[in-house]
Amino acid sequence: MTASVDIGAVTLTYRGASGGVLALQDTTLNIQRGEFAAVVGPSGCGKSSLMKLVTGLVPPDSGEIVIFGDKVHGPVKIAGMAFQNPNLLPWRKVIDNVLLPLEIVRPHREQFRRRKQEYREKARALLKTVGLDGFADRFPWELSGGMQQRVSLCRALIHEPALLMLDEPFAALDAFTREELWCVLRDLWQKLSFTVILVTHDLREAAFLADTIHVMSARPGRIVLSKKVDLPRPRDLDICYEPQFTNIVHELRAKIAEVRKA
Amino acid sequence: MTATLEKLSPWLFTIGIFVFWEAVCRVFKVDKFILPAPSEAFMAMAQYWRPLLRHSLVTLWTTMAGFALAIVFGIVLGLIVGWSRTIYRGLYPVMIGFNCIPKVAVVPILIMWFGIGEIPAILTAFLISFFPIVVNVATGLATMEPELEDVLRALGASKLDIMLKVGIPRTQPYLFGSLKVAITLAFVGTVVSETVGANAGLGYQIALSGSTFQMPLVFAALLLLAIEGIAMYAAFAYVEVYFTRWAFRSSMSAAAQ
Ligand SMILES: Nc1ncnc2c1ncn2[C@@H]1O[C@H](COP(=O)(O)OP(=O)(O)OP(=O)(O)O)[C@@H](O)[C@H]1O
Ligand SMILES: [Mg+2]
Repeated sequence: MTASVDIGAVTLTYRGASGGVLALQDTTLNIQRGEFAAVVGPSGCGKSSLMKLVTGLVPPDSGEIVIFGDKVHGPVKIAGMAFQNPNLLPWRKVIDNVLLPLEIVRPHREQFRRRKQEYREKARALLKTVGLDGFADRFPWELSGGMQQRVSLCRALIHEPALLMLDEPFAALDAFTREELWCVLRDLWQKLSFTVILVTHDLREAAFLADTIHVMSARPGRIVLSKKVDLPRPRDLDICYEPQFTNIVHELRAKIAEVRKA
Repeated sequence: MTATLEKLSPWLFTIGIFVFWEAVCRVFKVDKFILPAPSEAFMAMAQYWRPLLRHSLVTLWTTMAGFALAIVFGIVLGLIVGWSRTIYRGLYPVMIGFNCIPKVAVVPILIMWFGIGEIPAILTAFLISFFPIVVNVATGLATMEPELEDVLRALGASKLDIMLKVGIPRTQPYLFGSLKVAITLAFVGTVVSETVGANAGLGYQIALSGSTFQMPLVFAALLLLAIEGIAMYAAFAYVEVYFTRWAFRSSMSAAAQ
């Protein structure tokens, strides 16, 4: 397999009025094409910063990032992103929120007017796969938090990005909705086979979804453990109660407790 | 029952105030050269309706002309200021300073430049009312959610894309919210200018009648001014709700107030 995301010894410092903050130091991470990677670690260790580096929104002080063979200079222009907050545009209907990336990403933006009908069909189909059949013409504020988060996922995927970046996308949801959306994400990933980097605080979420789980140390963040999850796919929610699964979660928990103390 | 009462309450309060005013004038036998009763003001309104109507219309159109200028200029300047932090920081003190200058002090200069007439009134209305528009438009742009910006930039959006797709639409509730405040300021500007130097308009009428001690007529003009102000405020409040219904329903409504 070829590496799709190659993070080589990056260091990142935020400069502020009261001195700099060293967020990441010598962080090295490799993610294969089509792999589902999860990043976990203590709060403030630089997970979100890592996401910004990978998408080219922030340049590193040193080290380099290579995505699909190209060195990252500016914003990568292809990644789909979703955060804890759905960040939908309240003046656009759900379907027009989902279509937003197609108005921006090349080559779709040039074809947007011409192929509008086709794009709308595609958006409707995507909304259907996340269980939002019939909500395309509602406004975001007519939807519950979990439904908005589904829309946000659709928006991140409509342009079929090769790379999906998720920063705690399910953190604000209740346990049932969260598990439901795990399955939604699992199915989308199995169907569309993109590369995912998922930042999360939920170790069960990481173990259920990911191929590899990377544990970061406290600030300045480094990868201290990369754990392969060898559970068979397709995975069902029941797997969360198997001893093999629980063992992985325990091991991760112990590691994080250790780095937090250090 | 309570719903109808709530609907009627603005009228009830207005009538209540007039009744109170009338009662005070009668009970204490207030001299009408000091404070005419509302009935006297309304009588003057009926008696002099022709000149009052003419002056009202002059004030209305000069205010609207100045306000139209303020909207155009305010939006353009607001977008420029909101576009870049450097421009924002550079222009903000200048604008604050300008806003602190009492516009009464500027009117004589405008009259010297443009002569007695409607142009100084239009310009004063403009000068006094553009500031809240600029501030609100710029605030709308500056308070964009950084994560949303990240989402768009990671798709390769340029700054112009982000402005067009997110910045300008999300500024709308801020803009419309500022218009209803700015329109009342514009009336103040027009009347200040008309009072200092003009040959038409309600401000001119007030100054003229005041100098000849026709107090009921002064109050009649003041009441008309208040009515125009309320009408325009209501019009822009309606426009606001109409164009930014989404903001009243979503979480942004709090920010737009
Ligand atoms: N824009 C910024 N300016 C200055 N410092 C920042 C900025 N963003 C993050 N930091 C600092 O960098 C460090 C890492 O932040 P980051 O947001 O990447 O953490 P995180 O791992 O995502 O935390 P959490 O799990 O709480 O979301 C923090 O200590 C924070 O103070
Ligand atoms: Mg974070």
